[in-house]
Amino acid sequence: MSDQVTPTSGSASGAGTVSLDEGHHVGTGGLPATFENPGLPPHVHRAADDDPKAAKRAERQVAVLFTLSILGTLGFIVSYFAIDRMTSVFLPFIGLTNLLNVMLGVCLGIALLGIGFGAVHWAKTLMSDEEVVEERHAIASSDAARADFVGALAAGAESAQLARRPLIKATAGAALGLFALPLGVQLAGSMGNPTKALEELKQTIWDVPKDGKPIRLVRDPELTPIKASDVTIGSVFHVMPETLKELREHNVKEGHSEWHGVLEAKAKAAVLLMRLNPSEFKDDVLGRKARDWGFQGIVAYSKICTHVGCPVGLYEQQTHHLLCPCHQSTFDVTRDCEVIFGPAKRPLPQLKITVDDEGYLVAPQGFAEPVGPSYWERLK
Amino acid sequence: MNALAARRRHPAAIAILLFLGLALVGTAYSLLAPKPAQAAVATAADAELGKQLFLANCATCHGLNAEGTKSGPTLMGVGAASVDFQVGTGRMPLAGPNVQAPRIDTVKFTEEQIAAMAAYVASLAPGPAIPDAKLTSGEGGDVALGGEIYRVNCAMCHNFAGSGGALTRGKYAPSLYGVDGRYVYEAMITGPQSMPVFNDTNLNPEAKASVIAYLKATQAEPNVGGMTLGNLGPVSEGMFVWIFGLLLMIACAFWLGQKAA
Repeated sequence: MSDQVTPTSGSASGAGTVSLDEGHHVGTGGLPATFENPGLPPHVHRAADDDPKAAKRAERQVAVLFTLSILGTLGFIVSYFAIDRMTSVFLPFIGLTNLLNVMLGVCLGIALLGIGFGAVHWAKTLMSDEEVVEERHAIASSDAARADFVGALAAGAESAQLARRPLIKATAGAALGLFALPLGVQLAGSMGNPTKALEELKQTIWDVPKDGKPIRLVRDPELTPIKASDVTIGSVFHVMPETLKELREHNVKEGHSEWHGVLEAKAKAAVLLMRLNPSEFKDDVLGRKARDWGFQGIVAYSKICTHVGCPVGLYEQQTHHLLCPCHQSTFDVTRDCEVIFGPAKRPLPQLKITVDDEGYLVAPQGFAEPVGPSYWERLK
Repeated sequence: MNALAARRRHPAAIAILLFLGLALVGTAYSLLAPKPAQAAVATAADAELGKQLFLANCATCHGLNAEGTKSGPTLMGVGAASVDFQVGTGRMPLAGPNVQAPRIDTVKFTEEQIAAMAAYVASLAPGPAIPDAKLTSGEGGDVALGGEIYRVNCAMCHNFAGSGGALTRGKYAPSLYGVDGRYVYEAMITGPQSMPVFNDTNLNPEAKASVIAYLKATQAEPNVGGMTLGNLGPVSEGMFVWIFGLLLMIACAFWLGQKAA
């Protein structure tokens, strides 16, 4: 290696090369007037450059790599047709695995890596690696060529009578400019009516229609109503409003798909129902409000996180913490789902509940505030 | 031997050595790893024997009459199912105070002893009983319904594939892989530790049996995509790519930049 870094010509001051193991070296203090271009280090030949046997070996290695690639590709095609889609095999470290997928992946990997490694090995061992200097060219064209181009452009404009026919110039410009509008209109239109969209975000299907009866809480996904006595202490129910069923029935009656708008409605209406011992609510303003909006310790909260809208479903029945799995926002159920940790800025909205004549849990009103991300706070 | 010694400085030697070491450790682990206890149906549940076992092993924390102390909750009304779950999965007796009792595969009691303790605790106050084997075997359950119920009620804590997940302040929802259907059922009716209760009016026994059937079906499912990396989602997959993918790319860049011999 050391002969490679030795400069080919000595420096102008005549001082010899100083190597690191010489200890402190007192210099002459003189600097050369000009530094000579040290040039490129001497070219070192590779084994395959001098030894025909080594070259032959490198050739065989490259050929082997390319042959591996060929075998990989053939293996892919054979596996594709020969292996049954449902066959599973046991592989160490992986377990029971679908054989077809493994074979396709492995064969494709071998096919591609064979080509890649073969090409690189070929370039490194056999292709010429002599250093060459490539001179830079000026980027701009010659003045004559540039004048030629301007002349051709001007002649074209002249022959199209652009300067003499201002009417065409103006209308063509307007036509091309206006053509951008339909794209913009579609984009703006797809966002919907902004005031209506905001109203829709504020509403959920828990909102009771005027002079309608309270909405029953039903289990998700069975959509069966819940009696207050069903909810024992420590229980968690995942709840939807009964109006979800009506929405689906309405869709069918109107000739829409049964699921038209159902996911959107569910995404806003998801509710978590928990029963705590009433004495476990904190005896402060928040805790008393939470208890009063519930029924005998049963409380219902929106499941949509006020941070970015993930479903908050991780209820710990001993600490009464509700945890959002996305960013670890933690809500304290005993204090009206106040945020005690994490990025959420607002407590989860509580759904006021009570029971109807038959003992089923109902919501006499919708959410008092918009559900979902805290975007609403800034809107006011 | 001489030929082997001569090649010990070969660049592939360290890779081969690493691979051999890993293979050896892996094989040894799979041979020596403790197997989960086989569940046998308890025949005679002797409450008196259960009381003796309770006094010897549980009373320090749960009180001489299971009334509870500062270190442990009362066992009045927790039922036989709770005892069977906590002791049968090795969570109790607790080795030391911690945020959560971990599942331990070496269960300290025999099936008969657990049944006796369960009978004793059940005799103190009524509580959930050990479920019928018909409901916990997972056979005859509706896998599709079970999947829907699992995704709504269980997946947020126990992960989409039942691999478990983190809760607040060091607590966690354990993995459901290889857990006996009986313990899954008992956990649902008793609500151990941080887990809420899923009583029979919330998820009826058929729904619970369907959840167990779903878990069995997903765990028996062959893996279509190769390594699962624990079925933990983007965290473990990203980690794998960062470590192995980047190492591979660095190795390739190094090889490309090196001059051939």
